[in-house]
Amino acid sequence: MLPYLSGEAGEFVNPSSASRAARRVRSALEHARQQVADLVAAEASEVIFTSGGSEANNSVLNHLVFADAKPMLAVGCSEHPAVMLAAERLEQQGVNLLRLAADRDGQFAEEALLQWLETIPQRVRSQSWLSLIYANNETGVLSPVVRFSELCHRYGVRVHSDAVQAAGKVAVNFAASGLTALSLSAHKLYGPKGIGALVLRNGVTLPPLLLGGGQEQQRRAGTENVAAIIGFGAAAALAAATLASEQQRLVTLRQRFEQGLLARCHGALIFAQRAERLPNTTLFALPGVHGATLVEMLDAAGFVLSSGSACGSALANANPRLLALGYRADEALGAVRLSMGQRTTQDDIERLLEVLVRLQRQLGSMANQIPLNGDVR
Amino acid sequence: MSKLPIYLDYSATTPCDPRVAEKMCHYLTLEDGLFGNAASRSHRYGWDSEKAVDAAREAVAALLNADAKEIVWTSGATESNNLAIKGVAQFYQKQGKHIITCKTEHKAVLDTCRHLERDGFTITYLDPEASGLIDLGKLEAAMRSDTILVSIMHVNNEIGVIQDIAAIGALCRSRKILFHVDAAQSAGKIPIDVRTMQVDLMSLSAHKIYGPKGMGALYVQRKPRVRLEAQMHGGGHERGMRSGTLATHQIVGMGEAFRIAREEMAKDSAHALQLRQRLLDGIKDMEEVYINGDLEQRVAGNLNISFNYVEGESLMLALSDIAVSSGSACTSASLEPSYVLRAIGRSDELAHSSIRFSFGRFTTAADVDHTIELLRSRVQKLRDLSPLWEMYKEGIDLSTIQWAAH
Repeated sequence: MLPYLSGEAGEFVNPSSASRAARRVRSALEHARQQVADLVAAEASEVIFTSGGSEANNSVLNHLVFADAKPMLAVGCSEHPAVMLAAERLEQQGVNLLRLAADRDGQFAEEALLQWLETIPQRVRSQSWLSLIYANNETGVLSPVVRFSELCHRYGVRVHSDAVQAAGKVAVNFAASGLTALSLSAHKLYGPKGIGALVLRNGVTLPPLLLGGGQEQQRRAGTENVAAIIGFGAAAALAAATLASEQQRLVTLRQRFEQGLLARCHGALIFAQRAERLPNTTLFALPGVHGATLVEMLDAAGFVLSSGSACGSALANANPRLLALGYRADEALGAVRLSMGQRTTQDDIERLLEVLVRLQRQLGSMANQIPLNGDVR
Repeated sequence: MSKLPIYLDYSATTPCDPRVAEKMCHYLTLEDGLFGNAASRSHRYGWDSEKAVDAAREAVAALLNADAKEIVWTSGATESNNLAIKGVAQFYQKQGKHIITCKTEHKAVLDTCRHLERDGFTITYLDPEASGLIDLGKLEAAMRSDTILVSIMHVNNEIGVIQDIAAIGALCRSRKILFHVDAAQSAGKIPIDVRTMQVDLMSLSAHKIYGPKGMGALYVQRKPRVRLEAQMHGGGHERGMRSGTLATHQIVGMGEAFRIAREEMAKDSAHALQLRQRLLDGIKDMEEVYINGDLEQRVAGNLNISFNYVEGESLMLALSDIAVSSGSACTSASLEPSYVLRAIGRSDELAHSSIRFSFGRFTTAADVDHTIELLRSRVQKLRDLSPLWEMYKEGIDLSTIQWAAH
């Protein structure tokens, strides 16, 4: 990335300008576009760079309100706020919104989707969307994206998936998925913050969210964030190269953590335990222990985890996305997310387990507990 | 590798100042422990990021005499312009659906306004004077009882002219109309005071002032409070006005760029002005050379000149040792004559023969001298090949000629 910030060889130039240096920058951008496309088995021409996953999600959803007919929208009940809040805003403006219910393992009922598809009037089918997170950012549960795309496809309904947490951690095949659109973010796969992509099926056009300037083939205006795009490309290439081995390594670590947790911490809960999940993510709770408290104590012990996703972590209330899966408020309030990465070792996990066991023992005698079945909202 | 061309295209983008790039690096990788997510409220990685973001917010606000709470981070001035105009239009549409802007605004403003026209808004596109400046009387005459917003840029990206923002601000305030200013080309180059200028919304860009690309901000006045309909929904970042994970390194870069700009504005400006004068002095005896836009009410680093009887694209090719623009970067891939030059009344011929020189912090006198030398010889060479130039020299008035269609 560094040469593209202040490079002595002119790599800092505006790629839309006409100089020779600009041509070199444009070709570097196209290389990065190909690298990102390759990570998710898409065509380079299908990759539109955005300022991140949130912009990509909003680019897909926001246009629905401008549609002439009244299109319908379905989302998973535990979507990332970038999708859920955009969807709820559309609902306020008259878009018919369905929240697809899921069970404690994060599994959606196929019948509910089919029922919804049946209710969509023929004339608005091609303008209606299902938006389903590829891998949940909190529980790590993988959605049945391919299967549901196939069902929607039969009705001519388009499918978008927020793959911000999934890309680079599990194999994503856009070409074979039947998806119309996919959102990606660089900073969840060791790239820089402030850059992401909307992968949009060739032949499909959406009204751009940002207007003015004609960049990204008229699909997203604004001077290209060149350094970040180059960083995204490099991160995507690295992720693609190490995906299989990392996946295996992390699944082993996760299994070790979860088995250890259940065996050594009395009453520990693993959310969506039986579901197929991201290799690096475990959402868990210790009975009666507030997630925020546990996160603070873990921080003091040298472990950085989070209670819920970063975006909503200032909220004191129980996580509505977990309540939507049928968890009780006291369970939801206890949720702590372990998300592991390239540098997480088996030793880290062993030490984390030891600390958790010790903390549970200490907390057992303290008054810091969540009243079971009590009013905790 | 061949020698790099001389960079005289600072209005298109600037390199990051080395001090900016250095500071950004600390926020990218694991080593310094500064890569955290500023929205993570439960651990030090998050807090450190948040602290850095706050410091940058202060630095950006300070340059405008704004409060840090009035700064909303965006992915750049294009997004800021989109957010300001669509956000105001959607929020205040019950009060009126009329917006005033100017024909020489950046595409991000004009295309956004065109989009709003499809949603039932009425837009007045003011004609600027031949100087590129807006006549306040014409602006006032365009104001209606249902006007909700005036959007006028501070410094034009192509011709560099500076609008009288304080006067426009006073006019808008007296008529209770919100005032948005696209300051992408002015912030850090000329003094800005959003209080005395009475600006309600201001778009800012980092990469025009030695910060990173892909980073900008929107100033949104708090007292009296200006409301916006958010265009990106999600985690509720930026007080609900703009969601999305904050790009800490980008924000830190913008903060540092704005801090430096505030401290070094006088020096940078004097430097650019000296170079501009040097270039002007070096070509003042050339024939049929026209300066586009007012020379006095102009930002120091910009000089937009038409070399009559020379085609701009050919001149750019002939000047391949110098990186300049004809028209703005965003439209320079097209061969349409600049809409800005057309709006100030330049003929197609003069618009086509225009070159924008823009000087910056790292431009040297030697760069300018080399440019003068090259300009003089190449313009002459191109004119020697031009039948139009020959006719002009023979005293034929070209405007009287009937060209045959083919």
